[in-house]
Amino acid sequence: MIEVAKLSKHFGSKVAVDNLSFTVAKGEVLGFLGPNGAGKSTTMRMVTGFIPPTSGDAKICGSSITENPAAAKTKIGYLPESAPLYNDMTVVGFLKFCAAIRGLVGVEKNEAVEKAIETCFLTTVAHQSIDTLSKGYRHRTCLAQALLHDPEVLILDEPTDGLDPNQKFEIRQLIKRLGETKAILFSTHILEEVEAACTRAVIVDRGKIVADGTPAELIAKAPNGSLTELFRKVTTTDTAA
Amino acid sequence: MSSLTIFHRELKSYFAQPTAYAIIVIFLILSLGFTFTFGNFMSVGDASLEYSFFFWHPWLYMLIAPAVGMKLWADEQRNGTIELLGTFPVSTWSVIVGKFLAAATVTLVALILTFPIVITVNYLGSPDNGAIISGYIGSFLVCCTFLAITMLVSACTRDQVVCLIVSVTICSIMVLCGYDDFTRELAKATSSSTVEAIIAFGVWDHFSSLNRGLFRLQDFVWFASFIGLCLLGTSTILSAKRA
Ligand SMILES: Nc1ncnc2c1ncn2[C@@H]1O[C@H](COP(=O)(O)OP(=O)(O)OP(=O)(O)O)[C@@H](O)[C@H]1O
Ligand SMILES: [Mg+2]
Repeated sequence: MIEVAKLSKHFGSKVAVDNLSFTVAKGEVLGFLGPNGAGKSTTMRMVTGFIPPTSGDAKICGSSITENPAAAKTKIGYLPESAPLYNDMTVVGFLKFCAAIRGLVGVEKNEAVEKAIETCFLTTVAHQSIDTLSKGYRHRTCLAQALLHDPEVLILDEPTDGLDPNQKFEIRQLIKRLGETKAILFSTHILEEVEAACTRAVIVDRGKIVADGTPAELIAKAPNGSLTELFRKVTTTDTAA
Repeated sequence: MSSLTIFHRELKSYFAQPTAYAIIVIFLILSLGFTFTFGNFMSVGDASLEYSFFFWHPWLYMLIAPAVGMKLWADEQRNGTIELLGTFPVSTWSVIVGKFLAAATVTLVALILTFPIVITVNYLGSPDNGAIISGYIGSFLVCCTFLAITMLVSACTRDQVVCLIVSVTICSIMVLCGYDDFTRELAKATSSSTVEAIIAFGVWDHFSSLNRGLFRLQDFVWFASFIGLCLLGTSTILSAKRA
Protein backbone atom coordinates (compact mmCIF):
# COMPACT_ATOMS: atom_id res chain seq x y z
CA MET A 1 0.00 0.00 0.00
CA ILE A 2 2.85 2.36 0.87
CA GLU A 3 5.97 1.57 -1.09
CA VAL A 4 8.88 3.88 -0.45
CA ALA A 5 11.80 3.35 -2.81
CA LYS A 6 15.19 4.98 -2.35
CA LEU A 7 13.74 8.22 -1.10
CA SER A 8 16.23 11.01 -0.45
CA LYS A 9 15.91 14.64 0.56
CA HIS A 10 18.71 17.16 0.66
CA PHE A 11 18.32 20.65 2.12
CA GLY A 12 21.31 22.44 0.64
CA SER A 13 24.28 20.36 1.67
CA LYS A 14 22.35 18.76 4.51
CA VAL A 15 21.02 15.25 3.94
CA ALA A 16 17.74 14.94 5.85
CA VAL A 17 16.61 11.62 4.35
CA ASP A 18 19.15 9.27 2.86
CA ASN A 19 18.06 6.59 0.40
CA LEU A 20 15.22 5.32 2.54
CA SER A 21 13.23 2.27 1.41
CA PHE A 22 10.43 0.46 3.20
CA THR A 23 6.93 -0.81 2.56
CA VAL A 24 3.77 -0.89 4.63
CA ALA A 25 1.19 -3.47 3.59
CA LYS A 26 -2.54 -3.42 4.22
CA GLY A 27 -3.26 -4.51 7.79
CA GLU A 28 0.11 -3.29 8.98
CA VAL A 29 0.89 -0.53 11.45
CA LEU A 30 4.45 0.69 11.07
CA GLY A 31 5.94 2.67 13.93
CA PHE A 32 8.50 5.22 12.80
CA LEU A 33 11.04 5.92 15.51
CA GLY A 34 14.13 8.03 15.68
CA PRO A 35 15.79 10.89 17.51
CA ASN A 36 14.90 14.53 16.85
CA GLY A 37 15.98 15.60 13.40
CA ALA A 38 16.29 12.03 12.13
CA GLY A 39 14.15 12.83 9.12
CA LYS A 40 10.82 11.27 10.13
CA SER A 41 8.67 14.29 9.38
CA THR A 42 10.58 15.01 6.20
CA THR A 43 9.94 11.46 4.98
CA MET A 44 6.25 11.78 5.75
CA ARG A 45 6.04 15.11 3.96
CA MET A 46 7.53 13.51 0.87
CA VAL A 47 5.29 10.46 1.02
CA THR A 48 2.19 12.68 1.31
CA GLY A 49 3.32 14.81 -1.62
CA PHE A 50 3.83 18.03 0.31
CA ILE A 51 7.49 18.37 -0.61
CA PRO A 52 9.09 16.80 -3.69
CA PRO A 53 11.88 14.30 -2.99
CA THR A 54 15.40 15.04 -4.20
CA SER A 55 15.44 11.52 -5.59
CA GLY A 56 13.45 8.32 -5.26
CA ASP A 57 9.72 7.81 -5.22
CA ALA A 58 6.84 6.65 -3.08
CA LYS A 59 3.84 4.70 -4.32
CA ILE A 60 0.49 4.86 -2.58
CA CYS A 61 -1.78 1.96 -3.55
CA GLY A 62 0.15 1.76 -6.82
CA SER A 63 -0.01 5.48 -7.70
CA SER A 64 3.28 7.31 -7.69
CA ILE A 65 3.21 10.46 -5.57
CA THR A 66 5.58 12.25 -7.94
CA GLU A 67 3.98 11.21 -11.23
CA ASN A 68 0.33 10.95 -10.30
CA PRO A 69 -0.05 13.04 -7.15
CA ALA A 70 -3.80 13.65 -7.49
CA ALA A 71 -4.65 9.95 -7.44
CA ALA A 72 -2.19 9.17 -4.66
CA LYS A 73 -3.36 12.02 -2.43
CA THR A 74 -6.99 10.89 -2.47
CA LYS A 75 -5.90 7.65 -0.80
CA ILE A 76 -4.02 9.31 2.06
CA GLY A 77 -5.15 10.73 5.37
CA TYR A 78 -2.39 12.85 6.87
CA LEU A 79 -1.87 14.37 10.29
CA PRO A 80 0.98 16.90 10.08
CA GLU A 81 3.32 17.24 13.04
CA SER A 82 2.16 20.69 14.08
CA ALA A 83 -1.56 19.82 13.69
CA PRO A 84 -2.30 22.97 11.68
CA LEU A 85 -5.88 24.25 11.66
CA TYR A 86 -7.82 27.29 10.46
CA ASN A 87 -8.30 29.27 13.64
CA ASP A 88 -11.23 31.27 12.35
CA MET A 89 -13.47 28.22 11.93
CA THR A 90 -15.42 25.98 14.29
CA VAL A 91 -14.52 22.31 14.59
CA VAL A 92 -17.54 21.26 12.54
CA GLY A 93 -16.95 24.00 9.99
CA PHE A 94 -13.36 22.94 9.55
CA LEU A 95 -14.21 19.27 9.15
CA LYS A 96 -16.96 20.08 6.66
CA PHE A 97 -14.49 22.12 4.65
CA CYS A 98 -11.98 19.25 4.63
CA ALA A 99 -14.70 16.79 3.64
CA ALA A 100 -15.87 19.05 0.81
CA ILE A 101 -12.37 19.44 -0.54
CA ARG A 102 -12.07 15.65 -0.50
CA GLY A 103 -15.09 15.55 -2.79
CA LEU A 104 -17.71 14.50 -0.24
CA VAL A 105 -21.10 16.17 -0.61
CA GLY A 106 -24.53 16.26 1.02
CA VAL A 107 -25.56 13.49 3.38
CA GLU A 108 -22.34 11.62 2.80
CA LYS A 109 -20.35 14.64 3.94
CA ASN A 110 -22.40 15.18 7.08
CA GLU A 111 -22.18 11.52 8.01
CA ALA A 112 -18.42 11.49 7.50
CA VAL A 113 -18.04 14.57 9.69
CA GLU A 114 -20.26 13.13 12.41
CA LYS A 115 -18.38 9.88 12.40
CA ALA A 116 -14.99 11.58 12.60
CA ILE A 117 -16.20 13.75 15.49
CA GLU A 118 -17.34 10.65 17.37
CA THR A 119 -14.19 8.68 16.63
CA CYS A 120 -11.93 11.44 17.89
CA PHE A 121 -14.12 12.34 20.91
CA LEU A 122 -14.85 15.87 19.78
CA THR A 123 -18.59 15.96 20.48
CA THR A 124 -18.29 18.42 23.38
CA VAL A 125 -16.31 20.96 21.34
CA ALA A 126 -17.96 20.41 17.96
CA HIS A 127 -19.33 23.95 17.72
CA GLN A 128 -16.48 25.68 19.49
CA SER A 129 -14.19 28.04 17.62
CA ILE A 130 -10.84 26.39 16.92
CA ASP A 131 -8.74 29.22 18.34
CA THR A 132 -10.21 28.56 21.80
CA LEU A 133 -9.44 24.82 21.82
CA SER A 134 -6.86 23.30 24.13
CA LYS A 135 -3.80 21.68 22.58
CA GLY A 136 -5.07 18.12 22.86
CA TYR A 137 -8.38 19.01 21.24
CA ARG A 138 -6.59 20.80 18.43
CA HIS A 139 -4.55 17.70 17.84
CA ARG A 140 -7.63 15.51 17.79
CA THR A 141 -9.42 17.87 15.41
CA CYS A 142 -6.57 17.55 12.99
CA LEU A 143 -6.60 13.79 13.42
CA ALA A 144 -10.34 13.78 12.66
CA GLN A 145 -9.57 15.59 9.42
CA ALA A 146 -7.28 12.73 8.40
CA LEU A 147 -9.99 10.11 8.97
CA LEU A 148 -12.87 11.87 7.20
CA HIS A 149 -12.70 10.18 3.84
CA ASP A 150 -11.94 6.73 5.27
CA PRO A 151 -8.54 6.60 3.49
CA GLU A 152 -6.72 3.38 2.71
CA VAL A 153 -3.45 4.84 3.93
CA LEU A 154 -2.96 6.83 7.11
CA ILE A 155 0.19 8.82 7.78
CA LEU A 156 0.26 10.26 11.27
CA ASP A 157 3.11 12.40 12.54
CA GLU A 158 3.18 12.02 16.32
CA PRO A 159 -0.57 11.40 16.71
CA THR A 160 -0.43 11.16 20.51
CA ASP A 161 1.66 14.28 21.05
CA GLY A 162 0.05 16.56 23.61
CA LEU A 163 -2.74 14.16 24.59
CA ASP A 164 -3.60 13.19 28.15
CA PRO A 165 -2.98 9.56 29.25
CA ASN A 166 -6.62 8.57 28.67
CA GLN A 167 -6.61 9.97 25.17
CA LYS A 168 -3.22 8.46 24.42
CA PHE A 169 -4.72 5.10 25.29
CA GLU A 170 -7.83 5.73 23.18
CA ILE A 171 -5.87 6.90 20.16
CA ARG A 172 -3.55 3.89 20.38
CA GLN A 173 -6.57 1.62 20.42
CA LEU A 174 -7.97 3.55 17.47
CA ILE A 175 -4.75 3.17 15.50
CA LYS A 176 -4.67 -0.53 16.25
CA ARG A 177 -8.29 -0.95 15.21
CA LEU A 178 -7.93 1.07 12.01
CA GLY A 179 -4.71 -0.78 11.23
CA GLU A 180 -6.61 -3.99 10.64
CA THR A 181 -8.03 -2.67 7.38
CA LYS A 182 -5.59 0.09 6.42
CA ALA A 183 -1.89 0.69 6.01
CA ILE A 184 -0.70 3.02 8.76
CA LEU A 185 2.62 4.79 9.12
CA PHE A 186 2.99 6.73 12.34
CA SER A 187 5.90 8.36 14.10
CA THR A 188 6.30 8.61 17.83
CA HIS A 189 8.79 9.25 20.59
CA ILE A 190 6.93 7.05 23.06
CA LEU A 191 8.43 3.60 22.87
CA GLU A 192 5.59 1.88 24.74
CA GLU A 193 3.37 2.82 21.84
CA VAL A 194 5.36 0.52 19.63
CA GLU A 195 4.41 -2.50 21.69
CA ALA A 196 0.88 -1.23 22.20
CA ALA A 197 -0.08 -0.43 18.64
CA CYS A 198 2.49 -1.45 16.02
CA THR A 199 2.83 -4.63 14.05
CA ARG A 200 6.29 -3.51 12.95
CA ALA A 201 8.72 -0.72 13.75
CA VAL A 202 11.72 0.91 12.12
CA ILE A 203 14.24 3.15 13.81
CA VAL A 204 15.78 5.84 11.63
CA ASP A 205 18.84 7.85 12.44
CA ARG A 206 20.22 10.68 10.30
CA GLY A 207 17.94 9.69 7.45
CA LYS A 208 18.87 6.00 7.41
CA ILE A 209 17.11 2.93 8.77
CA VAL A 210 19.18 1.44 11.59
CA ALA A 211 16.74 -1.16 12.94
CA ASP A 212 13.68 -2.87 11.50
CA GLY A 213 11.44 -5.62 12.82
CA THR A 214 8.35 -6.58 14.80
CA PRO A 215 8.28 -5.25 18.36
CA ALA A 216 9.16 -8.73 19.63
CA GLU A 217 12.16 -9.01 17.30
CA LEU A 218 13.42 -5.60 18.31
CA ILE A 219 13.12 -6.41 21.98
CA ALA A 220 15.00 -9.66 21.39
CA LYS A 221 17.81 -7.64 19.78
CA ALA A 222 17.96 -5.22 22.66
CA PRO A 223 20.81 -5.59 25.16
CA ASN A 224 18.63 -6.04 28.21
CA GLY A 225 15.23 -6.58 26.74
CA SER A 226 14.06 -2.99 26.61
CA LEU A 227 13.34 -0.94 23.53
CA THR A 228 14.82 2.13 25.15
CA GLU A 229 18.19 0.44 25.41
CA LEU A 230 18.05 -0.62 21.78
CA PHE A 231 17.06 2.89 20.74
CA ARG A 232 19.97 4.35 22.67
CA LYS A 233 22.38 1.83 21.22
CA VAL A 234 21.52 2.22 17.53
CA THR A 235 21.01 5.99 17.37
CA THR A 236 23.59 8.70 17.85
CA THR A 237 22.96 11.12 20.65
CA ASP A 238 23.50 14.83 20.26
CA THR A 239 26.09 14.74 22.99
CA ALA A 240 28.14 12.12 21.14
CA ALA A 241 27.87 13.75 17.72
CA MET B 1 -15.15 22.41 -7.92
CA SER B 2 -12.33 22.55 -5.38
CA SER B 3 -11.83 26.21 -6.26
CA LEU B 4 -15.40 26.75 -5.15
CA THR B 5 -14.80 25.06 -1.79
CA ILE B 6 -11.73 27.22 -1.20
CA PHE B 7 -13.65 30.30 -2.33
CA HIS B 8 -16.40 29.57 0.21
CA ARG B 9 -13.97 29.06 3.05
CA GLU B 10 -12.01 32.21 2.32
CA LEU B 11 -15.10 34.32 1.93
CA LYS B 12 -16.53 33.00 5.19
CA SER B 13 -13.28 33.76 6.94
CA TYR B 14 -13.36 37.35 5.65
CA PHE B 15 -16.85 37.88 6.97
CA ALA B 16 -16.37 35.86 10.17
CA GLN B 17 -13.80 38.41 11.25
CA PRO B 18 -14.05 42.19 11.23
CA THR B 19 -11.64 42.35 8.25
CA ALA B 20 -14.21 42.52 5.48
CA TYR B 21 -16.53 44.92 7.30
CA ALA B 22 -13.71 47.27 8.24
CA ILE B 23 -12.43 47.32 4.70
CA ILE B 24 -15.84 47.88 3.15
CA VAL B 25 -16.74 50.67 5.55
CA ILE B 26 -13.40 52.41 5.13
CA PHE B 27 -13.64 52.18 1.36
CA LEU B 28 -17.13 53.65 1.38
CA ILE B 29 -16.22 56.49 3.72
CA LEU B 30 -13.09 57.42 1.81
CA SER B 31 -14.42 57.04 -1.72
CA LEU B 32 -17.61 58.98 -1.05
CA GLY B 33 -15.80 61.43 1.22
CA PHE B 34 -13.25 62.31 -1.43
CA THR B 35 -15.97 62.64 -4.03
CA PHE B 36 -17.85 65.23 -2.05
CA THR B 37 -14.82 67.15 -0.79
CA PHE B 38 -11.75 67.20 -3.03
CA GLY B 39 -13.73 65.85 -5.96
CA ASN B 40 -16.01 68.89 -5.86
CA PHE B 41 -18.86 66.63 -6.85
CA MET B 42 -21.58 69.17 -6.11
CA SER B 43 -20.02 72.32 -7.55
CA VAL B 44 -18.58 70.93 -10.79
CA GLY B 45 -22.09 70.65 -12.13
CA ASP B 46 -21.01 67.85 -14.40
CA ALA B 47 -23.03 64.67 -14.29
CA SER B 48 -20.04 62.45 -14.94
CA LEU B 49 -18.24 60.51 -12.26
CA GLU B 50 -14.90 60.35 -14.01
CA TYR B 51 -12.95 62.97 -12.05
CA SER B 52 -15.06 63.36 -8.96
CA PHE B 53 -15.49 59.68 -8.10
CA PHE B 54 -13.48 57.14 -10.09
CA PHE B 55 -10.36 59.28 -10.02
CA TRP B 56 -9.82 58.37 -6.36
CA HIS B 57 -10.17 54.63 -6.76
CA PRO B 58 -6.60 53.67 -7.73
CA TRP B 59 -5.34 55.75 -4.79
CA LEU B 60 -7.65 53.90 -2.43
CA TYR B 61 -6.98 50.47 -3.89
CA MET B 62 -3.26 50.83 -3.44
CA LEU B 63 -3.97 50.59 0.30
CA ILE B 64 -7.18 48.59 0.37
CA ALA B 65 -6.20 45.74 -1.95
CA PRO B 66 -3.01 44.83 -0.01
CA ALA B 67 -5.02 44.96 3.21
CA VAL B 68 -7.54 42.50 1.80
CA GLY B 69 -5.03 40.18 0.17
CA MET B 70 -2.11 40.15 2.60
CA LYS B 71 -3.36 37.20 4.61
CA LEU B 72 -4.08 34.96 1.64
CA TRP B 73 -0.83 32.99 1.69
CA ALA B 74 1.08 34.62 4.54
CA ASP B 75 -1.41 33.28 7.09
CA GLU B 76 -1.43 29.87 5.49
CA GLN B 77 2.35 29.66 5.79
CA ARG B 78 2.46 31.00 9.32
CA ASN B 79 -0.16 28.56 10.63
CA GLY B 80 1.22 25.62 8.69
CA THR B 81 -2.17 25.00 7.08
CA ILE B 82 -0.35 25.13 3.77
CA GLU B 83 0.74 21.60 4.67
CA LEU B 84 -2.92 20.55 4.69
CA LEU B 85 -3.63 22.28 1.39
CA GLY B 86 -0.50 20.74 -0.10
CA THR B 87 -1.62 17.22 0.79
CA PHE B 88 -5.27 17.58 -0.20
CA PRO B 89 -6.02 16.21 -3.66
CA VAL B 90 -6.36 19.69 -5.17
CA SER B 91 -4.04 21.52 -7.50
CA THR B 92 -2.23 24.64 -6.27
CA TRP B 93 -3.80 26.44 -9.19
CA SER B 94 -7.37 25.84 -8.06
CA VAL B 95 -6.50 27.05 -4.56
CA ILE B 96 -4.96 30.20 -6.02
CA VAL B 97 -8.04 30.88 -8.13
CA GLY B 98 -10.41 30.26 -5.21
CA LYS B 99 -8.51 32.58 -2.91
CA PHE B 100 -8.18 35.29 -5.54
CA LEU B 101 -11.90 35.23 -6.30
CA ALA B 102 -12.78 35.44 -2.60
CA ALA B 103 -10.61 38.54 -2.12
CA ALA B 104 -12.01 40.06 -5.32
CA THR B 105 -15.54 39.44 -4.06
CA VAL B 106 -14.90 41.37 -0.85
CA THR B 107 -13.77 44.42 -2.80
CA LEU B 108 -16.57 43.94 -5.30
CA VAL B 109 -19.08 44.17 -2.46
CA ALA B 110 -17.46 47.41 -1.34
CA LEU B 111 -17.57 48.76 -4.87
CA ILE B 112 -21.22 47.81 -5.40
CA LEU B 113 -22.18 49.50 -2.15
CA THR B 114 -21.16 52.85 -3.65
CA PHE B 115 -24.33 52.68 -5.78
CA PRO B 116 -26.03 55.65 -4.03
CA ILE B 117 -23.66 57.93 -5.92
CA VAL B 118 -24.99 56.58 -9.22
CA ILE B 119 -28.55 57.21 -8.09
CA THR B 120 -27.54 60.72 -7.02
CA VAL B 121 -26.06 61.71 -10.38
CA ASN B 122 -29.06 60.30 -12.17
CA TYR B 123 -31.31 62.33 -9.91
CA LEU B 124 -29.33 65.52 -10.35
CA GLY B 125 -28.67 65.33 -14.06
CA SER B 126 -28.54 62.96 -16.98
CA PRO B 127 -25.17 61.22 -16.95
CA ASP B 128 -23.82 58.79 -19.49
CA ASN B 129 -24.66 55.58 -17.65
CA GLY B 130 -22.66 53.51 -20.10
CA ALA B 131 -19.54 55.41 -19.11
CA ILE B 132 -20.38 54.89 -15.45
CA ILE B 133 -20.67 51.14 -15.94
CA SER B 134 -17.41 50.97 -17.81
CA GLY B 135 -15.89 53.13 -15.08
CA TYR B 136 -16.96 50.56 -12.53
CA ILE B 137 -15.51 47.76 -14.65
CA GLY B 138 -12.22 49.64 -14.96
CA SER B 139 -12.16 50.33 -11.26
CA PHE B 140 -12.74 46.67 -10.43
CA LEU B 141 -10.03 45.58 -12.84
CA VAL B 142 -7.53 47.94 -11.21
CA CYS B 143 -8.47 46.47 -7.85
CA CYS B 144 -8.02 42.90 -9.15
CA THR B 145 -4.61 43.83 -10.53
CA PHE B 146 -3.52 45.08 -7.12
CA LEU B 147 -4.97 42.00 -5.44
CA ALA B 148 -2.99 39.78 -7.80
CA ILE B 149 0.19 41.66 -6.91
CA THR B 150 -0.58 41.29 -3.21
CA MET B 151 -1.18 37.59 -3.66
CA LEU B 152 2.20 37.19 -5.34
CA VAL B 153 3.94 39.04 -2.51
CA SER B 154 1.95 37.10 0.06
CA ALA B 155 3.29 33.82 -1.33
CA CYS B 156 6.84 35.03 -0.66
CA THR B 157 6.49 35.71 3.04
CA ARG B 158 4.86 34.33 6.15
CA ASP B 159 4.67 37.80 7.63
CA GLN B 160 1.54 39.82 6.87
CA VAL B 161 3.14 43.14 7.76
CA VAL B 162 6.02 42.58 5.35
CA CYS B 163 3.50 41.60 2.70
CA LEU B 164 1.44 44.73 3.34
CA ILE B 165 4.39 47.09 3.12
CA VAL B 166 5.89 45.52 0.02
CA SER B 167 2.62 45.31 -1.88
CA VAL B 168 1.55 48.84 -0.97
CA THR B 169 4.89 50.04 -2.32
CA ILE B 170 4.51 48.16 -5.60
CA CYS B 171 0.92 49.31 -6.03
CA SER B 172 1.84 52.94 -5.27
CA ILE B 173 4.52 52.81 -7.93
CA MET B 174 1.94 51.49 -10.38
CA VAL B 175 -0.41 54.31 -9.49
CA LEU B 176 2.28 56.97 -9.74
CA CYS B 177 3.61 55.69 -13.07
CA GLY B 178 1.31 57.18 -15.60
CA TYR B 179 -0.21 59.72 -13.25
CA ASP B 180 -0.17 62.96 -15.24
CA ASP B 181 1.65 65.26 -12.82
CA PHE B 182 4.30 62.64 -12.23
CA THR B 183 4.91 61.78 -15.88
CA ARG B 184 5.14 65.46 -16.82
CA GLU B 185 7.97 65.91 -14.34
CA LEU B 186 9.53 62.70 -15.56
CA ALA B 187 9.36 63.80 -19.19
CA LYS B 188 11.59 66.77 -18.36
CA ALA B 189 14.24 64.49 -16.90
CA THR B 190 14.33 61.53 -19.27
CA SER B 191 13.72 60.55 -22.85
CA SER B 192 10.21 60.08 -24.19
CA SER B 193 10.62 56.34 -24.78
CA THR B 194 11.46 55.80 -21.10
CA VAL B 195 8.38 57.76 -20.12
CA GLU B 196 6.24 55.69 -22.44
CA ALA B 197 7.58 52.50 -20.95
CA ILE B 198 6.80 53.79 -17.47
CA ILE B 199 3.30 54.85 -18.47
CA ALA B 200 2.72 51.40 -19.89
CA PHE B 201 3.56 49.91 -16.49
CA GLY B 202 1.13 52.18 -14.67
CA VAL B 203 -2.59 51.62 -14.40
CA TRP B 204 -3.87 55.05 -15.42
CA ASP B 205 -3.59 54.63 -19.14
CA HIS B 206 -5.85 51.59 -19.08
CA PHE B 207 -8.10 52.83 -16.34
CA SER B 208 -8.79 56.28 -17.82
CA SER B 209 -9.90 55.01 -21.19
CA LEU B 210 -12.42 52.67 -19.56
CA ASN B 211 -13.38 55.52 -17.32
CA ARG B 212 -14.34 57.56 -20.36
CA GLY B 213 -16.53 54.75 -21.57
CA LEU B 214 -14.05 53.46 -24.08
CA PHE B 215 -13.85 49.68 -24.38
CA ARG B 216 -10.44 49.03 -25.86
CA LEU B 217 -9.38 45.43 -26.31
CA GLN B 218 -5.80 46.32 -25.41
CA ASP B 219 -6.83 47.41 -21.91
CA PHE B 220 -8.60 44.15 -21.19
CA VAL B 221 -5.65 42.22 -22.54
CA TRP B 222 -3.33 44.26 -20.33
CA PHE B 223 -5.37 43.67 -17.17
CA ALA B 224 -5.93 40.00 -17.91
CA SER B 225 -2.32 39.27 -18.70
CA PHE B 226 -1.04 41.20 -15.70
CA ILE B 227 -3.37 39.34 -13.35
CA GLY B 228 -2.61 36.04 -15.06
CA LEU B 229 1.13 36.56 -14.75
CA CYS B 230 0.89 37.41 -11.06
CA LEU B 231 -1.17 34.30 -10.33
CA LEU B 232 1.21 32.18 -12.35
CA GLY B 233 4.10 33.71 -10.41
CA THR B 234 2.31 32.84 -7.16
CA SER B 235 2.06 29.21 -8.19
CA THR B 236 5.74 29.14 -9.18
CA ILE B 237 6.86 30.67 -5.89
CA LEU B 238 4.73 28.30 -3.85
CA SER B 239 6.14 25.22 -5.52
CA ALA B 240 9.69 26.57 -5.41
CA LYS B 241 9.35 27.17 -1.67
CA ARG B 242 8.48 23.56 -0.99
CA ALA B 243 11.41 22.07 -2.84
N1 LIG C 1 12.75 23.23 5.10
C1 LIG C 1 13.91 22.79 5.62
N2 LIG C 1 15.06 23.42 5.33
C2 LIG C 1 16.23 23.01 5.85
N3 LIG C 1 16.36 21.94 6.65
C3 LIG C 1 15.27 21.26 6.99
C4 LIG C 1 13.98 21.64 6.49
N4 LIG C 1 13.05 20.79 6.99
C5 LIG C 1 13.74 19.92 7.76
N5 LIG C 1 15.07 20.20 7.76
C6 LIG C 1 16.11 19.43 8.47
O1 LIG C 1 15.98 18.07 8.17
C7 LIG C 1 16.27 17.27 9.30
C8 LIG C 1 15.13 16.29 9.55
O2 LIG C 1 14.02 17.01 10.08
P1 LIG C 1 12.66 16.30 10.46
O3 LIG C 1 11.68 17.37 10.79
O4 LIG C 1 12.30 15.35 9.39
O5 LIG C 1 13.07 15.51 11.78
P2 LIG C 1 12.15 14.57 12.68
O6 LIG C 1 12.72 13.21 12.60
O7 LIG C 1 10.73 14.73 12.33
O8 LIG C 1 12.44 15.17 14.12
P3 LIG C 1 11.44 15.33 15.37
O9 LIG C 1 11.51 14.07 16.12
O10 LIG C 1 12.08 16.45 16.17
O11 LIG C 1 10.10 15.66 14.87
C9 LIG C 1 16.51 18.22 10.46
O12 LIG C 1 17.88 18.31 10.68
C10 LIG C 1 15.97 19.54 9.98
O13 LIG C 1 16.69 20.60 10.51
MG1 LIG D 1 9.08 15.38 13.24
